[in-house]
Amino acid sequence: MNLIKFEDFSFKYDQAQDFVLKDIKLNIESGKFILLCGITGSGKTSLVRAMNGLIPQFYHGEIKGDVFVKGKNTKNVPTSTLSRDVGLVFQNPENQLIAMNVEREIAFGPENIGIPWDEMDSRIKECIKITDIEHLRKKAPFEISGGEQQRVAIASILALQPEIIIFDEPTSLLDPKSAIQILNLLKKILLEKKISTIIVIEHRLDIVLPLADEVILIDKGRIIEHGEAHYVINGEKFLNSGVNIPKCVSVFQKLMNQNIFIGKLPISIEETKNLINSIK
Amino acid sequence: MEKKLENLQILVNHLTYHYPDGTIALKGINLNIYSGEIVGIMGKNGAGKSTLIKTFNGLLKPTTGVVYIENDDVNNVLMSKLTRIVGIVFQNPDLQLFANTVEDEIRFSLKNLNFTKTELENQINLTLEKFKLKKFQNRTPFTLSGGEKKRLAIASIMCRNPKIIVFDEPTIGQDAEGVEFIRNLIKEKHSEGKTIIIVTHDIEFAIDNIPRTILMADGLIIADGPTNKILSQDQILNIGSLISPQLIQLSKFLIDSGFKVPDNAYLKENMIQFLGSFLKEKMEITEGGKP
Repeated sequence: MNLIKFEDFSFKYDQAQDFVLKDIKLNIESGKFILLCGITGSGKTSLVRAMNGLIPQFYHGEIKGDVFVKGKNTKNVPTSTLSRDVGLVFQNPENQLIAMNVEREIAFGPENIGIPWDEMDSRIKECIKITDIEHLRKKAPFEISGGEQQRVAIASILALQPEIIIFDEPTSLLDPKSAIQILNLLKKILLEKKISTIIVIEHRLDIVLPLADEVILIDKGRIIEHGEAHYVINGEKFLNSGVNIPKCVSVFQKLMNQNIFIGKLPISIEETKNLINSIK
Repeated sequence: MEKKLENLQILVNHLTYHYPDGTIALKGINLNIYSGEIVGIMGKNGAGKSTLIKTFNGLLKPTTGVVYIENDDVNNVLMSKLTRIVGIVFQNPDLQLFANTVEDEIRFSLKNLNFTKTELENQINLTLEKFKLKKFQNRTPFTLSGGEKKRLAIASIMCRNPKIIVFDEPTIGQDAEGVEFIRNLIKEKHSEGKTIIIVTHDIEFAIDNIPRTILMADGLIIADGPTNKILSQDQILNIGSLISPQLIQLSKFLIDSGFKVPDNAYLKENMIQFLGSFLKEKMEITEGGKP
């Protein structure tokens, strides 16, 4: 099923000279872990802003075409309604955490959309369980670590039970182990069907590629590739796009250019190991 | 440069730091950094990395112990002198940028350095060009993308030409070109004899660009040595909440599978060469075996 549909959508911010999004045709389906990548300034953040109505309702500008979230046109349906379908988690959780303790933080969203108390209580319990933050319940969001804050931010979005969650560089402030734990947590939430689809913007492709079902590659405001992860990674467009190619991919890409290796490029260390085992 | 006493540039002795709220961020740090070194500081969030680097330019004063920067005790030296020697590029450019335009951001940074008006304008122009910010000259920093803001934050420190440059997470949110830019900047500054300190979680960047790494945990330095050694020992990785870079993982796997892998296969070119000769050999055997 199409959760989000872009129909020839273009957008130019007020007072900007160029369109940041150009002729976007895109279907976001349910049940996917989607990696959105592209170089700095390619339009990643603008694209996700258009997915929950922040563009054009909060960021004004010139629009062509339409975006539909579960059939609702983002031009007309208020962002407060759209935000129940699409949750957005920012890079820096500190910018998004506001309450006095973790429990209140998670309650804030549901409270504001008028969820009855008994249901809210069960939602909070469930979100705390999923994100494994029982021990932080009574702590202030400002006295916990960056990885813990990111978990709280995820829990507080989950409490709104959106169908789609978009993460704008969720792990950039985290140490490598915590980053992997957060990404695995997202995958788990998806597999347990707590959420229909997850879209992640990440520059650290080495840790996110192993989890991705689909990759969207954006360049100069246009989507230049979109498909199953291996398909995109093996394409010329991806390899020349200027994103951070993981070392295991670039090693085999080089060997391929030297005509020493023929086959599918491995996108993770696990796949690299299997590949070597199969040659040995 | 050699690790001789006269080249010692940063000396940290029994340093502790207590935040006013009672948090003990540093619990006794001893550290020598020599002129011209490139040193990485790694460790979990909350290990004390940022606190430590803030003592280098006087932003934080030691609770006990001493920090010497070029023979000056940071407790007794003027902040204005320290900030000229030590430039820190912070992790979050939003906290560092405040001027109305990109150009003013650079102008502010150069303001108190006694330039004539022409020199000042020249220096601003050179900086804008070097950091590819010319086209944003008159824009407010807040409309720049994350990567562009980072470049501006770096430019506003580099234009002052500090002897010791500290980068706090320089590669966050950077694409391949941005990472390459930082790599080249570090190389260039290193060749000019600057001392470079890089706080980072980016293991792939560290293994390629940082020869010496200090690992911090819970307010202490728990390891100090060659980056490839630090990033290949499981015990250290666990304490630091780190993982091995991909090619160290691959080297280990190859060794465990019975290959004779060269010690430096954690570098991409060497791994390509190694796997290349292995694959070629395989191809020859396969082709040779054909009827």
